[in-house]
Amino acid sequence: MAGRLEGKVALITGGASGIGEATAKLFAREGARVVVADVQTAKGKAVVAAIRAAGGEAAFIRANVAREGDAKRMVAFAVKRYGRLDILFNNAGVENPKPEVETSVAEWDKVMDVNVKGVFLGTKYAIPEMKKNGGGSIINTSSIFGLVGSPGFAAYHASKGAVRLLTKSTALAHAADNIRCNAICPGVIETPMFAQVLSEAPNPDTARAEWMEMEPIGRFGRPDDIAYGALYLASDESSYVTGTELVIDGGYTAR
Amino acid sequence: MAERLKGKVALISGGARGQGAVEGKLFAREGAKVVLGDVLEEEGRRTAEEIRAAGGEAVFVTLDVTKADDWQRAVDTAVSTYGKLDILVNNAGILQMEGLEDITPETWDRVMAVNATGVWLGMKAAVPALRRAGGGSIINISSISGLIGTGMQTAYQASKGAVRIMTKTAAMQYAKEGIRVNSVHPGPIDTPMTTGLDREVWQMFLRSVPLKRAGTPEDVAYGVLYLASDESSFVTGAELVIDGGYTAQ
Repeated sequence: MAGRLEGKVALITGGASGIGEATAKLFAREGARVVVADVQTAKGKAVVAAIRAAGGEAAFIRANVAREGDAKRMVAFAVKRYGRLDILFNNAGVENPKPEVETSVAEWDKVMDVNVKGVFLGTKYAIPEMKKNGGGSIINTSSIFGLVGSPGFAAYHASKGAVRLLTKSTALAHAADNIRCNAICPGVIETPMFAQVLSEAPNPDTARAEWMEMEPIGRFGRPDDIAYGALYLASDESSYVTGTELVIDGGYTAR
Repeated sequence: MAERLKGKVALISGGARGQGAVEGKLFAREGAKVVLGDVLEEEGRRTAEEIRAAGGEAVFVTLDVTKADDWQRAVDTAVSTYGKLDILVNNAGILQMEGLEDITPETWDRVMAVNATGVWLGMKAAVPALRRAGGGSIINISSISGLIGTGMQTAYQASKGAVRIMTKTAAMQYAKEGIRVNSVHPGPIDTPMTTGLDREVWQMFLRSVPLKRAGTPEDVAYGVLYLASDESSFVTGAELVIDGGYTAQ
C-alpha cells in the first residue's frame, strides 16, 4: 500500500512526546522518513526505536528550537540523513498558565523563544532546502489560544497569536516557491503539556472538569486527532491549502 | 488501498457533475457507498454508473435541494439502499455575480433558496438518520465568499455567509450526539460552475491568488474527505479554507 507521504522527508520538532510523537509515528506509517527533533533525548530515541520496530524510517536529533545553531543543525541533519526535506512540523512548544502580572520576564522570554522564535528559526533554515526540491509543506502548531482569549495564559496567548500570523506571512512569502505554510489550532488535547497545566492548577480535578466544560464535543482531543490534521496538511492532498488555520478543537471556538 | 470511509454511507447534493461528482468518486474509492443527489438526472445517472464501473457503490436520486420532500426521499434512498446514513455533503450551489443594486428579487430568492435554505433542509432531513447511525459528519460547502467581501455577488455572499454560521450553530446543537458539522471554503476552483465566467475576470482573479492557479475539484474533495472520515473526529464547527492563500492576504 502506498502511503500518503511516500518518498517524503519530514522534520518534526517536539517529536518526542504528545502531539509530535503521535505525528512522527503516523507520518512514518504513511511512508515518510522522519526526523524527530526534541530536547528530550531519551523519549525522542524511544519514539525513533518504536517507529523502526514497526518497519518505518526515523532518526533522532537533540535540538532546542530556540537556539539558532540547533535549528540549523536539525535541518542539515535531515538533509544529510535522508537527502532532502519536504515537510517541517514546527510543533515544539511550552505553556505558562499565568496572567500578565504573575508572569516573570524570564517566563515570558522562554515562551516566546520556544513558541515563536523556534518556529521562525525552523522555517528560516528549512525553506532553502525545500526550494531545492521544488516545494514543501510547513505546518506550525498554533492553538485555539492563538484565536481566542482566556484569563490566565498571557505569554502563551501572545506566542500562539504570533504563530498564527507568522504562518500567513510565510505562506505569502513563499507561495511562489510552491512552499505551503499552514497552522493547526488544537483545542484541549490530552498531552504531557496538558497534564502539566492541570498539575499546576490549585485543584487539578476541578480544573479538568472546567476544561471539559469548554469542549462542546464532550471529550478532550487525542494526539492522533492533531496528527491526522497534520497529515492532511503535509500531504499533496492539501496542495491548494496555504496560509490558513486548521482548527481541531471539538467545537471550542465555534461557540 | 486505505479505504478511509470503509463501511460508511454518504449523500452528496449536487453530485452529478463538477466538484460533487469528484467527491462522489473519491468517496467511493475510499470505500463509501454513495448516494448522488442532483437535479441533473442524466449526468447524475452517468456519474453513478461510472462509479459502479470502477468497482464502487453508488446510486443516483433526483434532488432539488430547495424541496423538503426531495431531501426526505434522498435520505430514505440512502437508508433503504445501504442501510443507514453517516455523511452528508451539502455541495449543491449556484453562482451569482451582480452587485447590490443590480440583483433582482427573483435572483436573490433563488440563490438563497439553493445555497442557504437547501443546506438547512439537507441537515434537517439527514440529522435523524445520522442520529440513528450513532453519529455522523455533515460537510457544508461555503466559499471564500462566505469569509470576505468581493464587492459583487451580493446574494451569493449572503448565502455563503449564512452557510458558515449555520454550520457553527448546528455543530453546537449536535456536538453531544456525535454529529460533527464543518464548512469548507473553496477559493477559485475549475468547475462547471465557474467555467461560464468571463475569462478575463477569471484570469485577473487567479493572478491575485498567491499560488497563482485555480484549484481543482480534487483539491476540494480531499478536504471534504478529511472532514467526512473519522480522522477528523475532534473537528466540529470549523472552517476548512482551500483557496491557494487568497484570504491569508
